[in-house]
Amino acid sequence: MARAVTTQTKTVNTVVAWIIALLIFFPILYTIITSLKTEPEAIAGFSLIPSFTFESYQAVQSQNDYFKPFMNSVILAVGSTILALIVAIPAAWAMAFNPTKRTKDILMWMLSTKMMPAVAVLVPIYLIFLNTGLMDTRFGLTVLLMLINLPIVVWMLYTYFREIPGEILEAARMDGATLWGEIWYVLTPMAVPGIASTLLLNIILAWNESFWTIQLTTTNAAPLTAFIASFSSPQGLFWAKLSAASTLAIAPILIMGWFSQKQLVRGLTFGAVK
Amino acid sequence: MKTLSLLLGAASAASLASAAFAEEITIATVNNNDMIIMQGLTDEFTKAHPDITVNWVTLEENVLRERVTTDIATQGGQYDVMTIGTLEVPIWASQGWLEPLEFDESYDVDDLMPAIRGALSVDGTLYAAPFYGESAMTMYRTDLLEAAGFEMPESPTWEFIGEAARAMTDRDADINGICLRGKAGWGENMAFITALANSYGARWFDENWQPQFDSPEWKAALQFYIDLMKDAGPAGASSNGFNENLTLFQQGKCGMWMDATVAAGFVSDANNSTVADKVGFALFPDAGTGNHGNWLWVWSLAIPASSDAKDPAKTFVQWATSKEYAALVGEKEGWALAPPGTRTSLYDNPDYKAVAAFAEPTLAAINAADTSNPSVQPVPYTGGQFVSIPEFQNIGTQVGQLFAAVVAGQSTVDDALAQAQSVVTREMTRAGYIK
Repeated sequence: MARAVTTQTKTVNTVVAWIIALLIFFPILYTIITSLKTEPEAIAGFSLIPSFTFESYQAVQSQNDYFKPFMNSVILAVGSTILALIVAIPAAWAMAFNPTKRTKDILMWMLSTKMMPAVAVLVPIYLIFLNTGLMDTRFGLTVLLMLINLPIVVWMLYTYFREIPGEILEAARMDGATLWGEIWYVLTPMAVPGIASTLLLNIILAWNESFWTIQLTTTNAAPLTAFIASFSSPQGLFWAKLSAASTLAIAPILIMGWFSQKQLVRGLTFGAVK
Repeated sequence: MKTLSLLLGAASAASLASAAFAEEITIATVNNNDMIIMQGLTDEFTKAHPDITVNWVTLEENVLRERVTTDIATQGGQYDVMTIGTLEVPIWASQGWLEPLEFDESYDVDDLMPAIRGALSVDGTLYAAPFYGESAMTMYRTDLLEAAGFEMPESPTWEFIGEAARAMTDRDADINGICLRGKAGWGENMAFITALANSYGARWFDENWQPQFDSPEWKAALQFYIDLMKDAGPAGASSNGFNENLTLFQQGKCGMWMDATVAAGFVSDANNSTVADKVGFALFPDAGTGNHGNWLWVWSLAIPASSDAKDPAKTFVQWATSKEYAALVGEKEGWALAPPGTRTSLYDNPDYKAVAAFAEPTLAAINAADTSNPSVQPVPYTGGQFVSIPEFQNIGTQVGQLFAAVVAGQSTVDDALAQAQSVVTREMTRAGYIK
């Protein structure tokens, strides 16, 4: 009897989980379906059955080159993530294993920079980029995206590092490990799941960042966010083309997320249950 | 052998020289259909001007406005050609941010429609070249109007529109007598409501920049709009802008729609519109004042003073806004898609008139617009469906939110007008217009 209840509960949980997952995924699914419709079909009303035409994809590619913004997105997302990890791993190590009485305040201060609306600093950052020749450069945007996501990266790594017993690092030190040896050969391998999930999350955040990547680029460094924005029209309905552009822009990150979901979930729940 | 080397050397030097003189221009634009066609014809331009490379930056309208405003205000020089509207041109030209435009005789500047040329000039100097222009008109379903027992006059009044819209409404058949903009925004509901108010004799400000929302004209205009939307408008109208109403009309769910003339081409396009063969056109209504809203908008190409490639930019602007460009579009894409509302010669062109049933009403609507006298009462500003001052985007959107709340049933006409009066008075005092 007890077994029957458990099975029933399990079934209900599975069904509820599927419904929630489908609800969350539905906007993406409908975008993909719409991208396979003709423009008149796209505006004709709700329908889950497209005519499976690829004319919108052809139109999108002929109107705008996909490859250049795609490469820019890859460079910005991966570059800013690697830079962020290079800065954040030592910072999180220092805060996790050598805390001072101000460590919590510093962490809160770092997080507080995320609370300010981006548009509030648009003009100063725009002028800095303009006067230093960083406007519309991949380098400038990579550094900026790194700085934007750095607080989250430091916070996540700090949380993972806190789960690692300090005694192991002490033992390494007693065996003669240098500071960098301790971080590189002892701490980093133990925190791989946490670092991997931080890396994946940061790539997703950098890939999807649209405010700065649109404001500070024109043609050379414009990533896929600018590519999508170019298909939105105030006078005219181009929903199929817009959906095709969106599908092309989210496909790489969606595929990456699908294949790394285990690492993502593992990393995000790391240390959640003791 | 020596001769061959010399020839090769000369050829390399020539190619290096042409590379050194090759110039690059970056053009910021929106994703409207006419601009997509322009992008598609870039090869034709570069064929004629192989020394100029063209880069396109296409953005959503609001993002474009943010980007070009930031760029021009900081003298960033990121763009060599900007797509801007009639709101920006007089303000930016007065600030010295735009390059004055003078073209050679072949451009035939006198062919530009007087209203359009005036809206893009300051003190008689042209600061932006019109790419396509629009006014507002009445689009209606000929079959539904006939079934309701009405006949559309060339110049309808709001009273007639109200009666016809209510008669055409059939909620069971999902037909709304009228579709009008309700979505909040200075370029959304306030474009329509300001034009409606102009036609009712209302004005945003008196000669001393005092807001006039407490006037009987504003009350009459807004009350009419709200009552009509309640009786004959679609559900959820407070979320409807140009694109949403276009969808409703194309799907046969609207009896009438007053909006930008550019929509005429969309609703008449049998590929996208289910009612393409049942659409009629008339002037934007008035309320017996003789004022038809004075709606005038021109997407134009301007060269920022900060550009470091002004000459090639001017060459491009001249090409894209010329009579020859319209002919090129006619030849490659069909005459119905020639950029409308900028040149008188287009409306004399039999090829264009043969395929664009909306040509005459569009021309009449543009010619009826007088942006120097938007209201029948005296005003200290120019504009039509907007007030041409830098503060308008802010106050227009704030007032738009108040009026959208009335459409959504969250406020009343009197409350919204009182709040609009208070908000606009505060903002105009802060900005120094009211001492």
